[in-house]
Amino acid sequence: MDLNELTRTSGEWLRGTGPESDIVISSRIRLARNLADYPFSVRASIHEKTEIAATIQSAIQQTNRTRQLGYLSVDDLTTLDRQFLMERQLISREHAGGDGSRGVAFPPEENVSLMINEEDHLRMQFMRSGLALVEAWEEANSVDDSLEEHLNFAYHHQLGYLTACPTNVGTGLRASVMLHLPALVITKQIEKVFRALHKINLAVRGLYGEGSQASGDFYQISNQVTLGSSEMKIIQNITTVVPQIIHYEREARQALLNESRATLQDRVARSLGILRAAHSISSEETMHHLSNVRMGVNLGLIDDLSISTVNELFIHTQPAHLQKIQDMELDSQGRNAARASYLRLRLRGGSERN
Amino acid sequence: MKCDFCSEPATVHITDMSQGKYRVLHLCGGCAEKEKNGELKQHLNVEHIVKKIIAAFAGDLAGELAKLACPYCGTKYMEFRAKGRLGCPADYEVFQKGLVPLLERIHGSAEHVGKCPRRRAATAGPHAELIRLRRELRSAVEAEDYEKAAQLRDVIRAREMSHGS
Repeated sequence: MDLNELTRTSGEWLRGTGPESDIVISSRIRLARNLADYPFSVRASIHEKTEIAATIQSAIQQTNRTRQLGYLSVDDLTTLDRQFLMERQLISREHAGGDGSRGVAFPPEENVSLMINEEDHLRMQFMRSGLALVEAWEEANSVDDSLEEHLNFAYHHQLGYLTACPTNVGTGLRASVMLHLPALVITKQIEKVFRALHKINLAVRGLYGEGSQASGDFYQISNQVTLGSSEMKIIQNITTVVPQIIHYEREARQALLNESRATLQDRVARSLGILRAAHSISSEETMHHLSNVRMGVNLGLIDDLSISTVNELFIHTQPAHLQKIQDMELDSQGRNAARASYLRLRLRGGSERN
Repeated sequence: MKCDFCSEPATVHITDMSQGKYRVLHLCGGCAEKEKNGELKQHLNVEHIVKKIIAAFAGDLAGELAKLACPYCGTKYMEFRAKGRLGCPADYEVFQKGLVPLLERIHGSAEHVGKCPRRRAATAGPHAELIRLRRELRSAVEAEDYEKAAQLRDVIRAREMSHGS
């Protein structure tokens, strides 16, 4: 697999299609599984990790008849390439920074990623553009079924699927949706949403930010509880509440339009202006302005840009992507210049390459 | 529920998955604001929080549990307590007394409802036994007892074949 090829594309889940995709960027299902006859990855020896990786890789190959899954041995990749995969959400930070034999398998569409020897032996991720958790779960379930024909997963009659961390035991399921909520942030209602979500045991975290600080107004909502509820129940808990958040975000956007259209238009146009004109720009500033631009496109305040381009720019302006695109190592100052030049190129008025 | 950092009631609850790790935070309004500004970051990690929960919910059993170690993977209960990660699937049985209250606290339940594998192993025993055998093999190799290592290797192979895994 040529990672440089990937710099020209982006995952299918960033297309900006699918239900409610003006607000719901993507839906994701993650399943954690472990082989019954090996220690968990953290406890396994180098030798055992190699055996675990080989066993799972072989099962993936045996079931991989309909899909073109490419396999990468993560421990053989450079730090930059690992960061690159992380920015694309194909591997987790822990997986990128781990040690010993570990791998990832994913198709060209990047809507599935199977991580081997992460915290658990196998972490399967299924991504969809827009609000489509049930579809993602159906695929996850079927891939899990076919892998299970070749693998003995650790399972306990009372506790369900066994995982390295007790917070994942039971279903091993983490269902999440990524929401773009700029208007709720501007109108300072986002905290209320957080509080309401927690009451029904859902967790919120910011994307692209450290800790809970979201840059770019992206929030990921996911289940906390993995034991004691069925997979469908866990998913329904999220799919019931998300339309309400979407409704609040739309209301807030409408209120902004009605009450201060000129201010909003100014904010959006300035952001686009900065992205189109800057010669040095940090990642944080980029996120902030891209978020405004994204809302502007969705509200019809900008008409010469597509959502998929904006979605893609959130990923392609991250450090490892810029360095892969430029094909050289860049320090922070160099990245800020490269980021600005890339943005100018991609956002030239009317000449969008897509 | 109280804030993880002070005694105020917790109103903001966050599961943070950045940096590839889970952190579950229960914070009051004031601490949540600090967390947002990055002021709390350095104090927080999942180990700290899981450890806190484990300590709170396994207090009475601490003496008995403190002596426990998994006969298969060798993980001690105190290591789990310190790191928040289990060593192998059998730990869930071995540390059951400490784990069930913890799971009830985390998930509000300790009974799985949902998918189960179609091809379920009759018992976990033979799988756990393989974990133990491989560990013995490693010790034999480290001790340069190659005769014992060769025997163990044969036993492991035979068992792997019979489980088809």
